[in-house]
Amino acid sequence: MKREHLILLAVFLLLALVPYAAELTGQTSWTRLVGQALIYGMAAASLNFILGYGGMVSFGHAAFFGIGGYVVGILYHHFDAGTSFLGLIPGTDQMLITLPAAVIVAGLAAALVGAMSLRTGGVQFIMITLAFAQMFFFLFISLKTYGGEDGIMVRRTNSLPGLDMKNKATLYWVVLCFAAAYYLFLRRLVQSSFGQIIAGIRQNERRMAAMGISTYRYKLAAFVLSGMGAGLAGALMVNFLRFASPDMMHWSRSGELMIMVILGGVGTLAGPFIGAGVLFTLETTLARYTEHWMLPVGILLLIVVLTTRGGLMALIRRLGGKR
Amino acid sequence: MILLFEQLLNGLQYGVTLFLLAAGLTLIFGIMGVINLAHGALYMVGAFAASWVAIQTGSFWGGLLSGLAASAIAGVAVELGVMRRLYARDHLDQVLATFALILIFNQSTVLIFGRQPLFTSVPDVFSGSVEILPGLPYPTYRLFVIAVGLAVALGLYLLINKTRVGMLVRAGATNRQMVRALGVNIQGLYTAVFALGALLAGLAGVMASPIVSVQVGMGDEIILATFVVVVIGGVGSVKGAFVAGIVLGMFDTMLRAFLPGLLQQVMPGPEAQALGVGVSSMGIYLMMALVLLVRPRGLFAARG
Repeated sequence: MKREHLILLAVFLLLALVPYAAELTGQTSWTRLVGQALIYGMAAASLNFILGYGGMVSFGHAAFFGIGGYVVGILYHHFDAGTSFLGLIPGTDQMLITLPAAVIVAGLAAALVGAMSLRTGGVQFIMITLAFAQMFFFLFISLKTYGGEDGIMVRRTNSLPGLDMKNKATLYWVVLCFAAAYYLFLRRLVQSSFGQIIAGIRQNERRMAAMGISTYRYKLAAFVLSGMGAGLAGALMVNFLRFASPDMMHWSRSGELMIMVILGGVGTLAGPFIGAGVLFTLETTLARYTEHWMLPVGILLLIVVLTTRGGLMALIRRLGGKR
Repeated sequence: MILLFEQLLNGLQYGVTLFLLAAGLTLIFGIMGVINLAHGALYMVGAFAASWVAIQTGSFWGGLLSGLAASAIAGVAVELGVMRRLYARDHLDQVLATFALILIFNQSTVLIFGRQPLFTSVPDVFSGSVEILPGLPYPTYRLFVIAVGLAVALGLYLLINKTRVGMLVRAGATNRQMVRALGVNIQGLYTAVFALGALLAGLAGVMASPIVSVQVGMGDEIILATFVVVVIGGVGSVKGAFVAGIVLGMFDTMLRAFLPGLLQQVMPGPEAQALGVGVSSMGIYLMMALVLLVRPRGLFAARG
């Protein structure tokens, strides 16, 4: 336990130093890259909670990521234009309002999708979550008011009282704090009795039902929690990139989130963050050298899926065990 | 009225394409229990090989043959190289590995053919149009596509219901373990089914190549609709794939053709256009969600 705390603290401090390191070496793009990787890590970690711990293979997780992002985008759009959403809700650029709003709306969407999807299982579950994600995708594409296919520009990052959010480093640290808090939250969640029941359902749903647990409700609660996490990540991403587009919820994005989870290690806490970091860094670095970066990524992914079980976390653990 | 009939035929033609893809996918799905996202890539391989050969030689029929051969070879290679290791894995690994295959296939196609779409023309025999109703000429080639699709449906029906291989396929879709326990060469059967699925996907690609623009990513667009067809029809059921394919093809085409116009009567033009296009793209997914809510295993599920 002690060792885990030390490692976590060391990683946090190391990540906190990234803007300084970027400044010193002149590689200012690092801050942006690591920040995005952290946010993708949060989204992947939220997916991992239902996928790795709960055994629910959702192929539509990017929908909640995108919805969270669009809440920030739409609120900013109305704030900028001085109008109200549906003539009722005024826009805002205060992060203390937009982030909770994004989390709640993503949670509501997840409740809707989950309530219907969880009646099925297996392949049908994978496909029905994909179907709902596609519906959201096309819904946002058809909303001309909010940019349609082009998406919404958020000209200025939401403001937090007392902080200069225009400063890239400040924004990065805010993101880092959210990611760290989310990591700790998931850690508590997995160890809680709720998390144990979710894991029990993955291992044997019938056994849990026989023990008198209403599995549908627990699965739904987990699905909603996971959607809320993705919504938070999406909201942060729109703040970070100052842009929300339907691309955020494209089905290949859902696939990418799954890749991050698998690459890092299914059902581990740090895995999704590691997977997101590796995949995102790999994509950006390769994209700098060749426009055909998808080919090496695809081959690497295929090798990882076919030859390793448990992803990079298993590799790290094996290396650690040898010592 | 004539417009409606024309769109119905267009829907039938799209439905037949969906069926060709879905039939192979549902067999692979039902018999081996593998989710093959890369099925659309085989469709693309068929279309590209056929178009390229047709452009080089000027012969549609040469293109047809090479398209079929290319997709079948690609299918067998994928089965032997990748799929075989995935049968025992869970769905998650299958989704990811085949997602990786999509990336590989797409990028290899870009490397070989570039990003420019290929255009071919329909063969001379079918270049004209037939007046099927007074005042409604319809392109012969599209009728040919429909005929081919229906013929394949009949052929598959005979193959699956009247032959020994078909019996094994049906048995495999119902209970895989039992078939293996009875001493059937399941490896050979798997490769054969996968090759057949790839062949049908290739055929769909070849047939579509003069109508749609042959470009990288064309498989990704249609594969999602195909999955919807497979899931609605019931995993493992070719009959389900046929019914769902035709119904969905028509439903989707109708929505796209008429919904924007209908919406324009109640709201301003450009917004109605955008909303109509968006909602009609949602249509098939909405249908799938509704069907699954009523029948969680699809309409004609093979496994009880």
